[in-house]
Amino acid sequence: MIQLFIARASSGIALAALLASGLAVARPAAAQMDFSGNWGTIIAEDFPERIPGPELGDYLGLPITAANRLRADSWSPSRLTMPEQQCRVHVSPYIYRGPTNLRIWEEKDPETQALVAIHNYSQTYEQNRTIWMDGRPHPPDYAMHTWMGFSTGKWEGEILTVYTTHIKTGWIRRNGLIESDRATLTEHFIRHGDILTHVSIVTDPGYLTEPLIKSQDFRVNTRYEGNWLYPCESVEEVVGRQPGQVPNFLPGKNPFLKEYLTNHPMVPEQATRGGAETMYPEYRLKLKAMEAKTATTAKK
Amino acid sequence: MKRRIFNFPVCMRTPLQVALIGITALAGTLAAQTNMTAAESHGEQNADFAKAEIHVLPVQGNIYMVVGDGANITLQAGKQGEVLVNTGFDKMSAKLIAAIKKYSDRPLQYIINTNSYPDSTSGNDLVKDAGTTITGANVTNDIKDSRDGAQILAQENVLIRMSAPTGQKSPTPDGAWPTDTFLGNEKPLFFNGESIRIIHQPSALTDGDSIVYFRRSDVISAGDLFNTDGYPVIDFAKGGSIEGTVLALTNIVNLAIVEHEEEGGTLVIPGHGHLCDQAEVVEYRDMVAIVRDRIKAMIKDGMTLEQVKAAKPTLDYDPLYGHNSYWTPDMFIEEAYKSLKKS
Repeated sequence: MIQLFIARASSGIALAALLASGLAVARPAAAQMDFSGNWGTIIAEDFPERIPGPELGDYLGLPITAANRLRADSWSPSRLTMPEQQCRVHVSPYIYRGPTNLRIWEEKDPETQALVAIHNYSQTYEQNRTIWMDGRPHPPDYAMHTWMGFSTGKWEGEILTVYTTHIKTGWIRRNGLIESDRATLTEHFIRHGDILTHVSIVTDPGYLTEPLIKSQDFRVNTRYEGNWLYPCESVEEVVGRQPGQVPNFLPGKNPFLKEYLTNHPMVPEQATRGGAETMYPEYRLKLKAMEAKTATTAKK
Repeated sequence: MKRRIFNFPVCMRTPLQVALIGITALAGTLAAQTNMTAAESHGEQNADFAKAEIHVLPVQGNIYMVVGDGANITLQAGKQGEVLVNTGFDKMSAKLIAAIKKYSDRPLQYIINTNSYPDSTSGNDLVKDAGTTITGANVTNDIKDSRDGAQILAQENVLIRMSAPTGQKSPTPDGAWPTDTFLGNEKPLFFNGESIRIIHQPSALTDGDSIVYFRRSDVISAGDLFNTDGYPVIDFAKGGSIEGTVLALTNIVNLAIVEHEEEGGTLVIPGHGHLCDQAEVVEYRDMVAIVRDRIKAMIKDGMTLEQVKAAKPTLDYDPLYGHNSYWTPDMFIEEAYKSLKKS
């Protein structure tokens, strides 16, 4: 896991370089990139978190607040057995992480051929998303929130930069860590030939102390392969649950939080609790100092 | 100093001390009432109504969400006239009346109050006067004012909370009181081509809460039972409880049917905050249920109210719901604690 942590830190550096290279070759606004087509996800990056799924109690490398930590500590996977939770969609900042097929197409004004919107369809949860490119404003605070939120885009050279508000509460990691409905999302869509890199930057003052940056890649799929549907029907999985009963763990009583530590004995417990400092390479120095102190104490 | 006075055994207190205790206790009660009133009105005293604007958001079918300065109002409009669920703050009544006029050629006929709180009812008196009641039969012809003003519908306990027995001072003017109340679980109504269910939620925020379900439009007006920007304003002294609030929110969850992947379908207008569907009510219900479970466990462990507050059982939800000065996490915890301690 230490290696994974280092990999995460170094991928952040690589990401910064990627963004910088994209912006450095920025062309005038008229030079737009075409993202249209079918894309298949490349899931090598952060594989353990994305496909097998994160372990309970693993908050490493996430800039979470104490409120978010307590929320995840109290979260019980049994909540997913409740009918109203079973078909819950991964919100727009998270859905691109999944094993999803992605279709992108443009909507043009028939009279002027000006770009009105860029549409995304994610196979996971059959989500349609519109990125408005016509300069319209975001709706007022009291307007409805959705899983995908309300998005507007602009060109920064060949990079499509998208700003999204009005997103419902959703995951930042599938072990109870959340982003709230106050979160905002900035994205960069970057195309290098047949590879599409999607970068998401989530800010959420109540639950994140710093912006959370993630990236994921897609490869163009010219053969139109794969599954494009995701029918979901909720059912009663636990018979006899009392009305108003919501599975959760009382603070300090979650017996599964130590599982991650047990499976990864090299990771210090403090690091598993997450926080902004665990995102940065300098944290390794702190870990080393902690290890040295522990060793000295053990000797005495 | 006050605490020292309370430390005297009763038999040792001098008349002055007894008087001071009385004044202190009265001051405490008044302070509690003031806090509760401020909470019930959702900080009305802090609002700048001169600058506040009314916005009308089309929801679906015949339904609109009217956004004032804080409190949301539901409007159903059609060929027969208009129905309002709650009337908001009285200082916004003139703007509200002007805003809703254009949605129907016919006048306001019904106001439905979802509870007795000032942010739901203080506009009743003025807004009612802008409407009318359709009446008939011989007797009504003999009653001069029988057609004046819209009807105000609510569960019986709303009237009890807003009025007072003869000879006592009423907490609200009689013009704001419900004119037609119901007992039992539900009052049905059919208006503007759709059935409307006013469904009582016993012992939720108070003992008189209702939700209003517009069946054809498929919209639930939840009143203050559900907010996106604050904890539920439970008033234990008025028959409220955290357990009943969880059940009421569960009732809304069960009444709502989603369209696709837990989104859309039945829409829910909260008492405060943004337009929602079932998913947000689930989030809110889960929050109230989880806080309930924590406080319940603390009571079982013998913790006092102050100890429970110090343990911060709402910490993980405070970034969303804990920023209102008129209804703080501690105030919510206190009412929840009292209701759980009793049960």
